[in-house]
Amino acid sequence: MTETRVNGEVAGAAEAPLVRGAEALVLALLDEGVDLLFGYPGGAIMPVYDALHGHRSRLRHVLVRHEQGAVHAAQGYARASGRVGVCIATSGPGATNLVTGIADAQIDSTPIVCITGQVPSSLLGTDAFQETDVVNVTAPLTKWNVQVTRAEDIAPAVARAFYIARTGRPGPVLIDLTKDAQGALVAYRHTPCTRVRAYVPRPRVSETALDAAARLLDGATKPFVIVGQGVVLSAAERELVAFAERTGAPVASTLLGLSAFPTSHPQYVGMVGMHGRYGANLKTNECDVLVAVGMRFDDRVTSDLSRYARQARVIHVEIDAAEIGKNVKPEVALHGDARDVLTALTPRLAARTHPAWIAEFHACDAIEHEKVVARELTPEGPQLRMGEVVNVISQKTSGRAVVVSDVGQHQMAAARYSAFEAPRSSVTSGGLGTMGFALPAAIGAKLACPERTVVAIIGDGGFQMTMQELGTAMQSGAAVKIVILNNSFLGMVRQWQELFYESRYSETEMQNPDFVRIADAYGIAGARVEAREALGPALDAMLAHAGPYLLEVVVERESNVFPMVPSASSVSDVRLEV
Amino acid sequence: MVFYDPGHEAASEHTLSVFTENRVGLLGRVTATFTRRCLNIESLTVSESEVPGVHRFTIVVRASAAQARKVAAQLERQVDVLKAFVHGEDDVLVRDLALYKLDGRHAGPALDAVVAAHGARVLEQSDALVVLELTGSETQTAALFEALAPFGVAEFVRSGRVALTRPMRPLESFLAELEAASEQG
Repeated sequence: MTETRVNGEVAGAAEAPLVRGAEALVLALLDEGVDLLFGYPGGAIMPVYDALHGHRSRLRHVLVRHEQGAVHAAQGYARASGRVGVCIATSGPGATNLVTGIADAQIDSTPIVCITGQVPSSLLGTDAFQETDVVNVTAPLTKWNVQVTRAEDIAPAVARAFYIARTGRPGPVLIDLTKDAQGALVAYRHTPCTRVRAYVPRPRVSETALDAAARLLDGATKPFVIVGQGVVLSAAERELVAFAERTGAPVASTLLGLSAFPTSHPQYVGMVGMHGRYGANLKTNECDVLVAVGMRFDDRVTSDLSRYARQARVIHVEIDAAEIGKNVKPEVALHGDARDVLTALTPRLAARTHPAWIAEFHACDAIEHEKVVARELTPEGPQLRMGEVVNVISQKTSGRAVVVSDVGQHQMAAARYSAFEAPRSSVTSGGLGTMGFALPAAIGAKLACPERTVVAIIGDGGFQMTMQELGTAMQSGAAVKIVILNNSFLGMVRQWQELFYESRYSETEMQNPDFVRIADAYGIAGARVEAREALGPALDAMLAHAGPYLLEVVVERESNVFPMVPSASSVSDVRLEV
Repeated sequence: MVFYDPGHEAASEHTLSVFTENRVGLLGRVTATFTRRCLNIESLTVSESEVPGVHRFTIVVRASAAQARKVAAQLERQVDVLKAFVHGEDDVLVRDLALYKLDGRHAGPALDAVVAAHGARVLEQSDALVVLELTGSETQTAALFEALAPFGVAEFVRSGRVALTRPMRPLESFLAELEAASEQG
C-alpha cells in the first residue's frame, strides 16, 4: 500500500472497498474513535441514518427531541469526557437548530463535530426544500467548517474536522454533506490528519518568557493565580497543583475553570467574577503579580478593564495568540498549552509560601460568610434558598458529582456552593449564557461518564426551554439527576430589575407547570420538596434511584445572588448586599 | 501593567496583507472578522501570491493601531489563514488602478494635456468613447478624476489597493517557520 502525503492528509491508492459516501462517513467516525453521537434524522441526511443502522452495535446513536438538544448533549459529552462530541442533523431547520449550540461551543472552546445533511449539489442555491446555507450561517461560529459535495472528500474532511476540533484551542467544526455525496460510491480509506498547513496547535513555549515569568514570580510578595478552562482542556490539573504549591500563591478560578483546582485545597480562594468570591475580586486589585492560566479576561471576570488589576504585573499563559493582549496586556506572555507551560515553569521557581497574603483572603471570607454565605446556607426564614440546596447536594455527593448548570441565579449558586474535588466536574454555559443548555448537556455528560453521578441544576425558566429532552433521557436511559430550583421567576433578570430598574418586574414572573407530573408522563421518577426537613431525604432518594430522576425544589422567590460586581464597575466595588 | 483599550484611540488607515489557503467561504470569514468589530473595509483585493496555492488579500481599514493588531491576530486564528500582517506606512508600496470613460467628442488637445499632466494613458479611443487608465496612489487617481470633471466622466472605476512590502523576507520563510511549528502538534 503506497501513501502520498498531501498537506498532512493521506491520499492513497485504491485497494479499499467501494462504499456509499454515507457509509464512508460512518466508517470515518468509527476510525476517529466515535462510539456515541446525538442526532435527529430528516430528508437530506437519510442515507447517513441508513448507514448508521448497519453499525448500531458499534456506534450508538442517541435520538434527541430537538437538534439543539443534540448539540448541547455533544457539548456535555465533550466537557465531561475530554473527547470530541458529535452531533448530526438534517439540512435546513435541522441545521439551523444547531446554531445556538455551535455558538456556545465556539465561545466556550468545546470540541465538537457537527454533521449536517444538505440538499443535492445540483439544487444548491435554488431555494430547494429544506435548503439553508449553513456553511455561511455558521462561519463566524465555528473554528472551521466545510461543505462536502463529493464522496471522496468525506473521509479527509472528517479527519481534518476532528483534528481541528480537538487540538489547539478546541472548538466546534461543522461538515455539511450534500445528499448526492452521501449516495455516491467511493473507495473508503482511513485518512488520519496529523497536520494542517500553518496551523500551530501546540506552540513551542519561549524559554526566555519562561525565565522572565520565573523571575517575576520569585520576586512577588502578593502573587495571585487565576485559572480558566485552559487548564481543563490541556489536562493540566496535576501540573497546576504542583505549580500552585511551588509558588505558595492563592489560586482562584473563573466560572469555566471550576474543578481544575480542588475546592478543598488550602490555597484555593474561590471564583472570580461578577458573582465570584469577595476576596478573590478585591485582591485582584491588590496583588503584585497576576498569573492568568488558560483564561481570557472575559468582561464578566474583569468588569471595568480600566480599573482591573492595574497595579499588577501580569503573566498570561494562553494557547490562543489572539487572546494575548486582547483585553489585558501581559508583561510576560507564555504562549502555549497550559500543561506544557506549567511543566516547564514550575521547576524554574523557588519554593515560596505566602501565609500572610492568603490570610488576607480568609479575612475577606469571614466578612463574606457573615454577610452572604451564612444567610444562604443556614437561612432564618422557612423557605429554602438556592445556595443551601446546592450545598446539600455537594455534601451528599462528596464534591465528586458532575454538576451541570443552566444559566442564571441557580448557575451562580451552583458555582459558588458546590465543592469540586475531581476534574471535569463543572459543565455550564459560560460565555454564551445559553438557557436550556443544562438538561441535554447533562444527558451527554452522563452517557460519556456513566460511572459518575451527574446532577443537572436548572432554573424553572431554563428547564422549560429544552424540557422535551426528558424524552431523550427516557429513551436513552441516561440516569441524570435533574434538580429544578423553582422560584417561579427568571431570577437573574428579576434581580437586575430589582437592583437597576426600580423593581419593575417586566415579564420575569412565570406561571409554571407541574414539573413532577411532566417527568411522570415520560416515565421519569420525581418528587417536589418545599420544606427544609424534606430536602435531605428527597436528595437521598434521588441519588439512590437507578434511572433518571427529577426533583423540583421550591425556593425563595425573590432572593438575590451576592457578592456582585455590577457591570462597568471595578472589581474593587464588589458588593455584599443591596 | 495593564493595557486599556477604550476603542477611542484615534483611527488611522492600515494596510493588511493576509495570506490564505484557497478555500470556498474564506472571503466571508475574513470580512466578518472586520464587520463584527464594526470596522468598515475601505478596500479589498484578492489575488494569487508568489507561492502556488496561496492567496493574498490586501485590505485597507480605518481603525486604531490596537484594533488593527487585534484583527490581524483574530485573522490568524482562522485555520485557513496562513499569515496576517499589519503594515506600517513606510513598509509598503501601494498602488491603485483607475479607469475613466469619457464621451468620444471630448478627444482633443485639452484632454491630451490633462492626460499628459497626470501621467495617464489612453487605453481605447473611438468616435464614441475615450478610455483612460492611470496607475497610482488614491490621491493621484482622485486628482485625475477632478481634472476630468469639466469633460464629464461617464464611468469611473478604481481597483482596490494592492500593496507590496519593502522588507525582503519572503513569504516562504514565514510559511517554513509555521510548517516547522505545526509539526510538533
